[in-house]
Order: sequence, then structure tokens, then C-alpha cells
Amino acid sequence: MTLITAAKNTWCPGCGNFAIEHALKDVLVSLAEEGRRAEDIVLVTGIGCHAKIADYLAVNSFYAIHGRTLPVASGIKLADPALTVVACAGDGDAYAEGLDHLVFAAKRNQDITAIIHDNRVYGLTTGQYTPTSYEGFRGRSTPGGIRERPINPVALMLASGATFVARTYTRKMDHLREVLKAAVLHRGFSFVDVLQVCATYNNLTDYYNDRVYLLEGHDTADLGGAMTRAREWDYSADAPIALGIFYEEEAPIDPWPAMGGAGPEERGRMIRDILRERT
Amino acid sequence: MNEISVLIGGRAGEGINIAGMLIVRILSARGLRAYMYYDYPSLIKGGHNFAVVRAAEEEVRCHREKIDLLLAMDQETVRRHIDWLKEGGSIIRDAGVVKGDGIAVDLDAIVTEEKAPPVTKNSAVIGAFSRACGVPWTTVEEVVRRAIPKEIEANLRVARRGYDLSREVLHLPATGRDPLPILSGNEAVALGLLDAGLEGYVSYPMTPSSSILHTLAGLAGRFGISVVHPENEIAVMLTALGAAYAGRRVAVGTSGGGFCLMTEGFSLAGMAEIPVLVVLGQRPGPSTGLPTYSAQGDLLFALSAGQGEFPRIVAAPGTPEEAWYWAGALLDLAWRFQTPTVLLTDKNLGEGIFSFGETEKRPALGPSLWKGEGEYRRYEIGTGGVSPLAFPGTAGATVKVNSYAHDEDGITTEDGAVVARMAEKLREKGVAAARVLEGYPCVATAGDPDAETALLCWGSTAGVCAEAAGRLGLRVVRPVVLSPFPEMRVKAALAGAGLIVAVEENITGQLARLVSVHGIRADVVVGKYDGRPFALEDLERRLQEATA
Repeated sequence: MTLITAAKNTWCPGCGNFAIEHALKDVLVSLAEEGRRAEDIVLVTGIGCHAKIADYLAVNSFYAIHGRTLPVASGIKLADPALTVVACAGDGDAYAEGLDHLVFAAKRNQDITAIIHDNRVYGLTTGQYTPTSYEGFRGRSTPGGIRERPINPVALMLASGATFVARTYTRKMDHLREVLKAAVLHRGFSFVDVLQVCATYNNLTDYYNDRVYLLEGHDTADLGGAMTRAREWDYSADAPIALGIFYEEEAPIDPWPAMGGAGPEERGRMIRDILRERT
Repeated sequence: MNEISVLIGGRAGEGINIAGMLIVRILSARGLRAYMYYDYPSLIKGGHNFAVVRAAEEEVRCHREKIDLLLAMDQETVRRHIDWLKEGGSIIRDAGVVKGDGIAVDLDAIVTEEKAPPVTKNSAVIGAFSRACGVPWTTVEEVVRRAIPKEIEANLRVARRGYDLSREVLHLPATGRDPLPILSGNEAVALGLLDAGLEGYVSYPMTPSSSILHTLAGLAGRFGISVVHPENEIAVMLTALGAAYAGRRVAVGTSGGGFCLMTEGFSLAGMAEIPVLVVLGQRPGPSTGLPTYSAQGDLLFALSAGQGEFPRIVAAPGTPEEAWYWAGALLDLAWRFQTPTVLLTDKNLGEGIFSFGETEKRPALGPSLWKGEGEYRRYEIGTGGVSPLAFPGTAGATVKVNSYAHDEDGITTEDGAVVARMAEKLREKGVAAARVLEGYPCVATAGDPDAETALLCWGSTAGVCAEAAGRLGLRVVRPVVLSPFPEMRVKAALAGAGLIVAVEENITGQLARLVSVHGIRADVVVGKYDGRPFALEDLERRLQEATA
């Protein structure tokens, strides 16, 4: 099982998206080997460099529009709860254009997985700041450097009620694979912020390599502790960067009644009853 | 007399709408056909609300300027509407708060004496009204028992007091006919959707579409459907598209402002070829406009919403029966042609209350489904541009949909030849849809088909135009489907007309502009843009001026 399409790959050499693509592919292959049908996997993407993963992975996919991965994923899961729904979004998608959907997806806790390809720059539109770019970032729309602080998506998701909150890094392939698999297996809304290198516009490889560390001995059931760890690094000032699962809890996953309906005869009978009641 | 008009008015929050509905149900129980227009400001408590009920032996679909009975729950109602009262008409008033002539019923005193909860006090007016019309007490009792959900006995005691205090001032015609169901236009939409196999409804509240959401949410358990109210209209549209991609027949509902937010998803539905029905209930704009009133200002918006070129089917029903029919038909058509459709209604139709007649049966039209042979290609070039559908989870199929220009597999492409071929595929679907629509009632007519003067109208003015045309000897041509525009049928219906008068509840004449593209020239536009529906006499005067 390769799960890779024949589409020509157009990511830049050294792009962090390759790592996410292959880690996700490995996770999906292992799920298939464990008995999940490949046909039951659906990938939803936004628009941006990350989203090309929809063309490259040979699974069901909904290549959606900028910012709107999560409502599409919600609709798919609502329509057919048997599907495994994974939404890949960029940081512009998830934290700018579609921030409302992210907060609500966390609040709602449907069983879907959000993987944010967080390269902290707009790549496909050739280098503008995003909600997670550090203070002072000079992009093509902000040549003087941005004078606002970044969003801390990990803290935001903890505050929004997400039941699985993790961060990983594209240069830690084993960790990436492990976290993505745990995210997909989690029952409920899983959020993974993937620190992703943008080889062309925001290559933070050295910066990350010097600062990342794996969360060890951390109690993932402790929301307060998770928040403290999440705030250690604010995506701007210099600080150690924790990788791993910050928080995980079990909570109800069916916010909405399932889709379906009666057969034509039963519908007809119920409708006739209603009309009779209304005379 | 062969018809009756009644106005009931009071402060918002006093249950004027429900009282109006009861009047409709009582008149309907007497074998009459009824219609109610409900006028209310955008607030919860206070302000002036009124309902005008008109009932007759034959179908009525508009109100008149003059009334036979004025039911005043406050002084303001008398002040505002006394001029509506016909010579010889009667007033029934809440004697505790309304001064002047007429049949006096002291509502507070009655509920106190009857030890009934204050919510029952309108029942005394209903009782007084019924007696004034010569309705037998047994009918009042039957209707109250059927139509009021709680405090039935208290309501009946209070109604009886009003009944006994009143006196007969007019006679209703006795038709001997069975009553018809009483529905709002929005309820007709909801039931039409359910009848057509709706599996999910996604909506964010917005007047005047919210009562579809409420109706379907109330019926969801009974019908096993899912009714979902997400964070905003953007999410509404995208959630619906996700669900449709996974195989569910879904609709969304909104008004103009919400549809603005949905347009990016609407265009996505066009490109990705995902079926979705949008119920667009119009109200006056621009912007927030006049939330609780009506307009026909979004026709050209509905026809052009969303970037790029893709087929869409837009229908504007003029009656509750058509609303039911087209709600289902547009769901069928969206699925057959894998493209978005719009049911264009407005406040007057959606929140109007009607005696609901017979609906036409929809032609059988199912989606084209993949048969499981060979390799699945979501956008396979096939007959008429319609590629067979498969859904995620289907064994042997990888289902890839895409907002980018794409190839037959759903993979992004910038290849000029493929892009052009796929654009032609979308066009083929539009042509195929137009051909299938030839089997649907796309153009309605009324009045004298040979009359020199033709009224060209659309949507909820259907009733008032038909009645005015009947009285003035005019013909009415009303396209119900507005995209793809049924040019040949509209031209055939207008053949020989010397004067074409467009009647529209907007200021710029949007249908007049639309038909001009098809070589039809409206000579005059009679517009109304104050948010209120045409009263019959009002339209007649306007038509006489326009055709003089």
C-alpha cells in the first residue's frame, strides 16, 4: 500500500510538508494494517502549500477553500460517523481565515483530527506574516516588521476545550508519526500544531533544533499544567519549545443528532398526519 | 357577504400572531379559504404588531385595504387602523385599555374572574370575534382544542366569556367544504424538503428564514433527520457541502446577509460539483435593512452569487404549494446535476399563513450513481456532463473533490486543455438541466391569456397579481424558474401582449432587467419597496395608473 498518487509534487526542496505527508501516510497505512478500511479515510485540506497533500495522498479527499477545512470535516463526520476524518490546514487557514471554525471544532468535540502545518508564514502567496509569525517578522506585506504578538495556538486550543492538544516538529519524524497516530486514534477533536520548516520563506530549522525538547513525565490529564507548558514559549520570545501531547481527555463526541431519515412511505404518512393536525 | 377581512392589533409580545392564527383556523373550520399577513417590528416586547386575516369561499392570497372587523388589544391599534375600517364595520376592543365604540370585552377582568393565566386573555377576543361572525360555539371549542397546546380548559372558559359578551354583526358564507390545512410558507418549504427525503438541514438563524430552522428542528426527532445550527453561515454552507460529499441530501437556509457569507461555499459547490439547496428568504436590504419585512431585491444577487461560471438552478415560488413543490424539486435537481440550487422566497411568502391546497407531484429524478465498475473517477467526462457519484466509504473508490480546476480524478491541474474541457463539462450540465426543466412547471400564468396587457411578476406577488388581473381583465405571466431562464415559455406566454407591466417588490425592476437580456422588454415597472406587500386595491390603482 503506497497511498501516493501520480500527481507531480511541487513542494520546494527541503519543505516540511514532505515530512507531514510521509508521516501521515505511514499512520494511515498502519491504521489500514490494523483493520481500518482505506476507503473509510477522508482527508480535508484548505488552500496553501500544505493543501497539496490532497493531490498527493491517494485517499478520499475534499480539497476545500482557504480557512474552511473544519466545517467541511464536521459535515463529513456528521454525515457518516464511520469515516476517519483528518483535516490538514495551514496556519493561515486555521488561525486567520478560519479561526472561528477552529474554536468551535474544539468546543464541539466531534471525532475529527486537525493537523496544522504551522510554518508561520504564507508560502503560496510568497511570504507574508501569519498569526503565528514572531514579533518583528518582515514579510512582503509588512516590510517594516510586524508590531503585534503572535497567537499561541496550543494555549488557545486548551482554552477552547479541545480534548487532545499536541505539538510536534517536522524534523522529528518519529515523534511526528507517533503524535499524529495518537491524534487520529483519540476519540474526540484532536489538535496538532506541527512546527513546519518553510525552506523558502521562513527557515527556522536551526532555531527549532536548538530549542525543542520532548515533554516527559508530564501529566496529560492536568489542564492547568498543560497550560503552563503551553505558555512556556509564546511563539515569539526566546524559550524552550515543548513537543508532545499537552492534554488529553475523554468527553462526549456527538454534539449533533445523526443524519438520516425515514423511507418514502413512512415520511408520507407522517406528513399527512401533520397536515391533518393543521386543519 | 362572500368574504371577510379582520385586523387584530396590539403590542409585540401580546400573542397577536397566535391570535391571528386562531382566527385563520376558525374561519377555515367554517369551510373558508384564508390568508394572513403578519406585520411586526424587529423587537421582542412592545412596539405595534398586527395581523390582517382575509377569508373567502375561494382561495385568497393577498389582503385588502379595508376591513370588516377591527380587534384592538390596545389604543394604538385603533389610532393606526381606524381608517381601514369599512363603513358599517365593527370594532371589538379590550375595554380595560381601549376607549371608544364597539363591542367591549374587559380582558383583565375576565381572566381574573375565571382564575385563568394571563396568557389566555386573547381567547376572550377570539370568542367575541367568533360570535360577531356567527360562528357556532362548537366550532370555537373544536379549534381551540386542536390549535392551542396548553391551558385548553382555561382558554375555553375565557373564550366563552368573550363569546357571550359579543353579538352577531356579520354573516360568513357557508361553503360546506372541508377545511384545508393551515401552513406558513416556511412550513410548506420544510414539509416539501422532508417529503423529498431531506436528511439534514444546516442553518444559522436569520429572519425571515428562521422558522424553517425551528420547524425542522421540532420535527427532526420524528423524521430522523439532523438539524444543525453551527457558528455562522460560512460554516453552515461548508458543513452542508461536507455532508453532501459524504452522500447526504442537505439544505441550508438564510436571508441575504447570510447568503453573502455563503457565497464562497456556493462557488465551491459549483466547482467541486456538490449538490446543495439554499433557501434564500428575502427581506429588504441593503445590509441589515428591514429585518421583519419583505422585498424582492435579491434576484440578481441569487443569479450571480459566487465567483466564476457554473450552472445553478434558481426558482422563486409564488404560493405555499409551489414552495413545497420546488423545495423538493430543487433538492432533486441539485442531486441530479451535482450543482447548487436556490429556492428564492421572501418574508411575505415564508411568514404568510395560508390555506394550503393540493401540490403537484414532482417528476421522478434521481442522482446518477457509480455502479462500481472500473476505476472510479469523480469527474469522469460523461453524458451531459454528469459524472456518476460515489461517496467516501464506497469499496474500490477513491473520491477526490477539489475547489481548484481539476482533472477527471479530481487532481489539481493547470493544463489549459483540461481546464477548458472541464468548463465545458459544467456548461453541458447547465444545458442538460434546462432540458430536464422542460418537464417542470417553470412558468405560471393567470388571468386572461389573450389580454392585451400582461403583468410580468415573480415570487410572492403571485396571489395579488392574479386577483388584480382577474378583476381588471389582464394576463399574468410569472416565471417560477429564473435560472436557467425559461425564455421560450415566457415568450410564448407573452405572445401578442401589447403592454408588459413588470410588478416587483423592489425599486430597480430586477425581473425586467433579467428578461431584457432575453429580448423581452417590460414597458413599465410597478415597484414597491417599503417592505410591505401590495394590498389588492393598492396594486389595482398602481396598474390603472401605469396602463392609463
